[in-house]
Amino acid sequence: MSAHHDAHHDIALARNDGLKPGDVLLDIRNVSLAFGGVKAITDVSFDIRKGEIRAIIGPNGAGKTSMLNVINGFYTPQEGVIVFRGRERRAMKPHDAVAQGIARTFQNVALFKGMSTLDNIMAGRSVFMKESLFWQMLWRGRALKEEIAHREKVEEIIDFLEIQHIRRTPVGRLPYGLQKRVELGRALAMEPSLLLLDEPMAGMNLEEKEDMSRFIIDVNRQRGTTIALIEHDMGVVMDLSDRVVVLDYGKKIADDVPEKVKANKQVIDAYLGVAH
Amino acid sequence: MEFLHSILVKPFADMIGAPDFLLQVLWEGLVSGVLYALIALGFVLIYKSSRIFNFAQGIMVVFAALSLVGLHEKGVPAWLAVPLTLVIMLGLAIAIERVVLRPLVNQPDIILFMATIGITLFLIGFGELIFGGENKVMITEQLGIPTGSFAFEPFGGFVSIEQKDLTAVIGAVLLVAGLLLFLNKSSMGRAIRALGDDHQAALSVGISLSMIWVVVWFIAGVIALATGIVWGARADVSFALEVIAYKALPVLMLGGLESVLGAIVGGLAIGLLEKLFEIYWGQPLLGGNTETWFAFVFALVILLFRPQGLFGEKIIERV
Amino acid sequence: MLYRTAGQFKTSYAADHALFPVRQDAWLLGVIMVLAWVVFPLAASDFTFQALLIPVLIYSLAALGLNILTGYAGQLSLGTGAFMGVGAYACYKIMTIFPGLNLAVAIGLSGFFSAAVGVAFGLPSLRIKGFYLAIATLAAQFFLVWLFEKWSWLYNDSASGAIQVPNLSMFGLGVAGPTATSITQYYFVLAVVSLVTIAAINITRGRIGRMWKAVRDMDIAAELVGINLMKAKLSAFAVSSYIVGVAGALFVFLWRGAAEPNLFDIPLSFRVLFIAIIGGLGSVLGNYLGAILIVALPVILNIVPEALGIPVSSSVVEHLNVMTIGGLIIMFLIVEPHGLARFWAMIREKMIIWPFPH
Repeated sequence: MSAHHDAHHDIALARNDGLKPGDVLLDIRNVSLAFGGVKAITDVSFDIRKGEIRAIIGPNGAGKTSMLNVINGFYTPQEGVIVFRGRERRAMKPHDAVAQGIARTFQNVALFKGMSTLDNIMAGRSVFMKESLFWQMLWRGRALKEEIAHREKVEEIIDFLEIQHIRRTPVGRLPYGLQKRVELGRALAMEPSLLLLDEPMAGMNLEEKEDMSRFIIDVNRQRGTTIALIEHDMGVVMDLSDRVVVLDYGKKIADDVPEKVKANKQVIDAYLGVAH
Repeated sequence: MEFLHSILVKPFADMIGAPDFLLQVLWEGLVSGVLYALIALGFVLIYKSSRIFNFAQGIMVVFAALSLVGLHEKGVPAWLAVPLTLVIMLGLAIAIERVVLRPLVNQPDIILFMATIGITLFLIGFGELIFGGENKVMITEQLGIPTGSFAFEPFGGFVSIEQKDLTAVIGAVLLVAGLLLFLNKSSMGRAIRALGDDHQAALSVGISLSMIWVVVWFIAGVIALATGIVWGARADVSFALEVIAYKALPVLMLGGLESVLGAIVGGLAIGLLEKLFEIYWGQPLLGGNTETWFAFVFALVILLFRPQGLFGEKIIERV
Repeated sequence: MLYRTAGQFKTSYAADHALFPVRQDAWLLGVIMVLAWVVFPLAASDFTFQALLIPVLIYSLAALGLNILTGYAGQLSLGTGAFMGVGAYACYKIMTIFPGLNLAVAIGLSGFFSAAVGVAFGLPSLRIKGFYLAIATLAAQFFLVWLFEKWSWLYNDSASGAIQVPNLSMFGLGVAGPTATSITQYYFVLAVVSLVTIAAINITRGRIGRMWKAVRDMDIAAELVGINLMKAKLSAFAVSSYIVGVAGALFVFLWRGAAEPNLFDIPLSFRVLFIAIIGGLGSVLGNYLGAILIVALPVILNIVPEALGIPVSSSVVEHLNVMTIGGLIIMFLIVEPHGLARFWAMIREKMIIWPFPH
């Protein structure tokens, strides 16, 4: 058995949680995060269930992106507990989060600008690839086999996202909407069980938004990937998500199905900027 | 045991045993430190105002000193050679702004940094082509800098302070004071400082970017000339001087690329420490000449514990 | 016309992963190989070997090493000269301790020493970034050169403080030392450089190369897609320093024949850096183009005025050379910050679509 199968196997084992759709995948309990004296998140609790699309909304500066950063280990909260697939954790390295099956996209596209679309998405396979420097140097046998196996996976994603024509283009040259799509591709390449999307439709026109919505729904339905997303477009949020958690000034002010959240007085006030 | 004694106890015993010698060492270190601080200061100004890591700052020191001595050799009297050298430095600032900075505006930092390495090489070649590559003697006396020395006898010992070193320290203090005054009180100075924080805001004051750059590079040139005169008075003027220019780099690591205070404190600290290390540890234990690397290794070790330098603020990474 | 890629279809990913998916590239490389392996050695004089061919190859290799660190992994280093020194001194000590050892083996081993030193000085890169790191690499530069001077064991306590390459032979042919012929030295260097180049191309286009480039383009994002920054950075320092060390060993053993500590001082670091910049950061090909330019420049500056009958002293040539390189760097950065390699890429693209403008 070749090494990449081993690596794949290990990760598959780590991700095999035995959870059924609807079980709690990620549980955030009383999390608080501060930078110096500034509180970004104050005592927030909510959960994400397997198979759902969970939206996190709130006005600017509400702590949404900080929340994603806490979930994937980029920030370590000062207080509170995070339970992922029944396992409790406090501090972790972001690349460990990827190995456990958490992938994300970024508010301001964080692609590798000097690399092609193909290489960017291949970079998303990094955790699965293990062949040593020695085999890499030879570019024969195991290294090449590994490369081709992963290339096939990546081509599936490229087909799925309909970006075949920009396969070889350095992503720095792509328009913003396509960059967002490549970034989704890179996240999908990590085969996440929890996908975090930070404003996947910011700066897009209507058509691009429709495409992106379609991809998000397909990822969720076809691949069974649990998704947590931050989005400002309320129409999109209400259409896509199963449940919505609302943050304001780092605190949770609502957590419910879209229809109820839409009618929530506190949420409306927060968005309209009514002083509390 | 004996080894530990020789690194941990004996140097300090030596210091206490001969306090007059220690004072002499500290004074020498202080004078070097003042020069390091000056070079670092020119560097910080440029970085603050244009985000350019100006590798050429050190070579500008040599170039200024060489121009001054070269002009004098060609028969220009000293009192005229100084303003003429300043004119040359102004010309250099304008040329750099026109030829290098303007076409490269908005390029990544690393490109601009490389360009300053290009400037460095160009100035070395150009300077040597015009003034010759051989060592020259600084026109210390012609400039009216006293060359005698004061002798003190503290602790029953003997400390000698060269008058030109004292002049250097006083001159440096005045230069820094004048510079701070300029930065804080004049509108141009405020624009330069604002530029470090916010390009747009600075531009809205109504001063053009190219103007600011020329001024900043000219100030760096003035500092370079002052440093060059002082350093040249202590050693010969040649491109071997560039070694001292590299010393400004660990100062910047310690003090931070943008901190005027950091450049001054870092410069003094490194001047003092490398002298102490060389005399009490380097020469007896390591075969000497440790001044080539001590400052770098010291700054590196400090940075491992404080990546933001002594005066930088803690960086919070965001995505 | 020459560069028509239409009609060349790849039917498998393996074919797409070949070294040169475009047939014309392979032909071009073939021509260069014939030139390098057959035409040059037959035509070259001793002067050409020693002043052009051998130094071009060795400098290319050093620049390739640096390029992996700076161009691929984005970690700016100003200490290349000192790491070349580590390779050279390591090779010297290995040959002193095991006099019968094959020189090729000794050079291959000496790279491991520079790699180890490189990793040690690369550790700060985990905490320090950008210009601060560049200055930190100067710590390696100054400290190591000082060490080469003070640690007399390194040069076998010789009175001059220099290392002298003894006569060494492989398979009965003298490859190093005063009796070696230029042509054997050339072939030796060419073989090493070719092998390392192939390995470098393979590494940079695979998993590890992608890891490096990701760290270069955006280190935070790299970490968040599951790339271990420590492994990525330290492996770049290791591979880079290995190649630089091998280049340093070749530099002394196959070219200079002797070395003093100050040979590895900062001007050498800068020369290698310029080659990498002018050639193009993040490219393998660029190193060769850059080295050709930098090595040939002083030779041309020497020959041209002479041919025109203008008497120019050697010191003037030296100064002109320094000045020209400085000017060239600035010019290149303004015209094409990505170096000569990008020029070639543009020409190639133009040829592929010729006669159409786009």
